Amino acid sequence: MTILGSVAAWLTDPANWTGPGGIPIRLAQHIGISVASLAIGAAIALPAGLWIGHTRRGVRLAINLANLGRAVPSLAAIGILVPFTVLIDPEAGFKVYPTLIAMVLLAVPPILVNSYAGISEVDPDLVESARGMGLRERQILSAVEIPIALPVIIGGLRSATVQVVATATLGAIYGLGALGSFIVEGSAQRDDAKLFGGVVLVALLALTSEGLLGLLQRRLTSPGLRFAAR
Amino acid sequence: MIDWGWLLDHVGAILGRTVQHIELTAIALVVGFALSFLMALLSLRRPGVYTIVSGLAGIFFTIPSYAMFAAFVAFTGLSILTAEIPLVLYTFVIFIRNMVVGLQSVPRDVSEAAEGLGFTTRQRLIRVEIPLAIPLVMAGLRLASVSTIGLVTITSILGDSFGGLGFFITERPFFATEVLVGAIGSILLALGADVLFARLQRRLTPWSQVGRARTGDGLPRSTDRPVPA
Repeated sequence: MTILGSVAAWLTDPANWTGPGGIPIRLAQHIGISVASLAIGAAIALPAGLWIGHTRRGVRLAINLANLGRAVPSLAAIGILVPFTVLIDPEAGFKVYPTLIAMVLLAVPPILVNSYAGISEVDPDLVESARGMGLRERQILSAVEIPIALPVIIGGLRSATVQVVATATLGAIYGLGALGSFIVEGSAQRDDAKLFGGVVLVALLALTSEGLLGLLQRRLTSPGLRFAAR
Repeated sequence: MIDWGWLLDHVGAILGRTVQHIELTAIALVVGFALSFLMALLSLRRPGVYTIVSGLAGIFFTIPSYAMFAAFVAFTGLSILTAEIPLVLYTFVIFIRNMVVGLQSVPRDVSEAAEGLGFTTRQRLIRVEIPLAIPLVMAGLRLASVSTIGLVTITSILGDSFGGLGFFITERPFFATEVLVGAIGSILLALGADVLFARLQRRLTPWSQVGRARTGDGLPRSTDRPVPA
């Protein structure tokens, strides 16, 4: 029980809520780098996934890329970049670039797979009838395929978010900052209150972001699909 | 760029770390599999248990592994338990869902046929439900092995006695040769496990290939399930 009390004391201590190493700044760093890498990852993976799903071209390449991406441990993704990025910039090349690049690379596979799998799972009869009604290919994608596939596409974003938030935590080992720093410092200083405070904050951020995307996923499911699911 | 001298001097260490990596992974897979099998059987009898277990498991799944490992240091020190408890929790989550869904996915006409043949509950479990759950269970094994191999690298934060090939990633972050050995080695292990279990899956369930050849388009199914990281 004493550990719970000291963690609560650490989390509510005003001193931990100020300064460059305070909770607000590190939380903002964590959210900032996560959102940035998700946005870059989505900008790459979403158009590619939609195109592959619609045209069924490059499916094998996408499958292989996704399988490869899943097999890359996040620590390996960061670590493998460090010796090279430090040559570009000794400071940011160690603390920021490797983790950021790894986060983008790890965000791509789930978004790519879900966007093309979502599109290719759309009932071919629907696509055919849309084509018969005279819709252009682009209109078929935007008016038929994307709305139906949207829950699946958001599901990919959700998986990517879990990956990205966890990888940002790992970046603290390389001095990234963000919420993982409390864990790194807590274990180095044998300060259990700080360590567990960090663990609680990281867990809360992961659970909240996953929950919010789950909510979005349900919101963006078209009413027609919701009815069909029943 | 590559320091061949270091590589030659460390062949033994690299093999040793590879074995350690496989050991840490295997323990987590075996213990997680056994625990989730027991829990899956219990869940078949009491669905309420499954609701609670899967809810808790979903929460564990989302928590970053680095935070989990660091948290357990406070309770179990820098011991093998600290490495294995989070690893087992993650494999448990992957297995339990696939097992329960697999065991419950027996088509109604099949279970009615089993009943008509006079099967007892136990016979039905062993001769009908478990065999039909194999494809999903194997898919779970494949996912769990790949994700555990990734997570084992992070146990290198627990000191020199852990980490498997991950040890080489964190020992000297600027020494490209060593980092490459750790990173590429762990990626190859994960890819190897993926291929191995995919083959085993096909071997164990030849019937599912027939169905796939007839109806499948070869596209992998979408998933909204995150992989622990």
